[in-house]
Amino acid sequence: MTALAESVAGAGGVAPETPVRRGRRGSGAWRYAVLAVLGLYFLVPIAASVWFTIRERDGVSLETYAEIPGAEGFTEAFTRSLAIAGLTVVIALVLMVPTVVLVNLRLPRLRTTVELLTLMPLVLPPIALVVGVRSVLAWAPDYFFGTPLAEAFFALQEPALPWILVLVYVVLALPFVYRALDAGVRGADLRTLTEAARNLGASWPRVLVSVVLPVLRTSVLNASFLTLALVMGEYTIAVILGFETFPTWIVRISGSQSQLSVAVSVLSLVVTWVLLLMISALDRRRGTKETS
Amino acid sequence: MTAVSARAAGPADLRERPGVPIRLDGLTRRYGSVVALDGLDMDIAGGEFLALLGPSGCGKTTALRAIAGFDQPDAGRVLVDGRDITGVPASKRDMGMVFQAYSLFPNLTVAENVAFGLRVRRRPKAEQTARAAELLDLVGLADRAARYPHQLSGGQQQRVALARALAVAPQVLLLDEPLSALDAQVRVQLREEIRRIQLELGITTVFVTHDQAEALSVADRVGVLRSGRLEQVATPDELYERPATGFVAQFVGTMNRLPAQLADGHVALLGVRRPLAGAAPAAGSVVALVRPEALEVSAHPAGNARVVTRTFSGASTRVLVALPDGVEVRIDVASASSADLVPGAAVTVTPAERPVLVVADEPRGEGA
Repeated sequence: MTALAESVAGAGGVAPETPVRRGRRGSGAWRYAVLAVLGLYFLVPIAASVWFTIRERDGVSLETYAEIPGAEGFTEAFTRSLAIAGLTVVIALVLMVPTVVLVNLRLPRLRTTVELLTLMPLVLPPIALVVGVRSVLAWAPDYFFGTPLAEAFFALQEPALPWILVLVYVVLALPFVYRALDAGVRGADLRTLTEAARNLGASWPRVLVSVVLPVLRTSVLNASFLTLALVMGEYTIAVILGFETFPTWIVRISGSQSQLSVAVSVLSLVVTWVLLLMISALDRRRGTKETS
Repeated sequence: MTAVSARAAGPADLRERPGVPIRLDGLTRRYGSVVALDGLDMDIAGGEFLALLGPSGCGKTTALRAIAGFDQPDAGRVLVDGRDITGVPASKRDMGMVFQAYSLFPNLTVAENVAFGLRVRRRPKAEQTARAAELLDLVGLADRAARYPHQLSGGQQQRVALARALAVAPQVLLLDEPLSALDAQVRVQLREEIRRIQLELGITTVFVTHDQAEALSVADRVGVLRSGRLEQVATPDELYERPATGFVAQFVGTMNRLPAQLADGHVALLGVRRPLAGAAPAAGSVVALVRPEALEVSAHPAGNARVVTRTFSGASTRVLVALPDGVEVRIDVASASSADLVPGAAVTVTPAERPVLVVADEPRGEGA
């Protein structure tokens, strides 16, 4: 099926409801109106940003974008943020995949508790979280002075790769990661699949690698993407703890090089979109491979 | 046994393992206050096809899961070939299982699914491929090897699941209502095929179902469970002809319940006397259990019973008749001689000349 035919079929998915309704033509017009307003709402600021970055005294140029790689501090901040994001994704998945699977298969009674726990970061304002973290970071090295624990607290705050940010971001990402994975587990009949694998002689680690992860592939990708987007855009915590990450760098240079900072923002938006498209493309490729 | 001669057709190394006996010894399992298994004892012979039959919640699935190792009994033992495997994890039990829900791994092809158990056992790649092909051939799906599960119909998926379960040459085959998600025609076809393959391989098989027709049609013996206990285990014929309890009689096949009197070894019902089958529960007022084909009905102007409905089903026709005391009975007659048994017709009903099973006068549907 071509992409066009697929999108047409997809649009047809809502059709069965509409014929029975009255005033269908009117609702169609409304749909476009809402779409147009929303489109303007989202696109106008982006278009304005793009225009701001390419406008020059004597016409239009992409020079600002060419300056990005060489900009002072860009490479360090960007790679640091990427590293933090990667580590956050790995730790969050290592923590949550077994948790979600266990809760669904073996310990359904703990579901409510785990759901509440993973919701905490959404309920708790990040500012409260970071103030708490900062107090502990300030107090702990003194309190544990002379012990390895104090060293550990210093290591957590290494400016080149601040592990403390990784740990805080893991907590912030929990609600998204849990929800994405839980939806995947519930969508597939994971209990029967794991029992089938166990019955065929697979050990638990084997079940996790050969059965659970492939089934959860899409949810794992979704969870990773949400976490990545979260980390690449997080400003409050990084700036309060005094680390330079990609977002704080953008804000720092915006004073002296406003055009450059907006160009970087536009670029990061594009990168996010490309990632999103890649994930859905990966999924679609699997779909077509299976149906061909 | 016919199975032995038929075995020659099956894949070679499956046949090298004759069916092993299974013994369930006092299996007990409680979920909170619910008793799923209440000291279940059962012997399953090597190579036997045993169906576990019962209403939902009777413990049949719990029993199967205890054999498979997915459910740990609170008390009792599971013995396979004389060996106590109660504490052995499911992955080391050497049993093949087909589940009620579709259980194929969605990310693997049909052939990869079938070879999964061999891959886990680190068998050579060539053996995996050859074996998958062999098993797919056995279930008639050799041409679907490269497909993915979602490209198959429900019946085909369950066939692949059967091939996958058999690919590792298990000691025991466990079937947990594998046909219940399928439509009627495929069910009948597939259950016959399962039986054919089981006979070819001679593998000990436990088949859980709530469908009595399914159990009676394929199994060597049928165990009827009720509230976690075995009511009766017998061949389909015996279960149908000589149910041990009122529950079994009600659950297996259609059974009419008629008020009757028991006196000196004979049953008086519908104005005639018939010999008593089995043991007498109590003297005096009892309930006679009579199969639809063990009643005779004929149109008679002076008859005091009335035909209520008439349901044609091919060679036989089922007639629902209201007796004078208001009791309704189902009677099967040959369609050829049922022309005048139209709704409203006056008829007479007579029990056939054969022994009658009676139970104590208990409330209808008790425990069902």
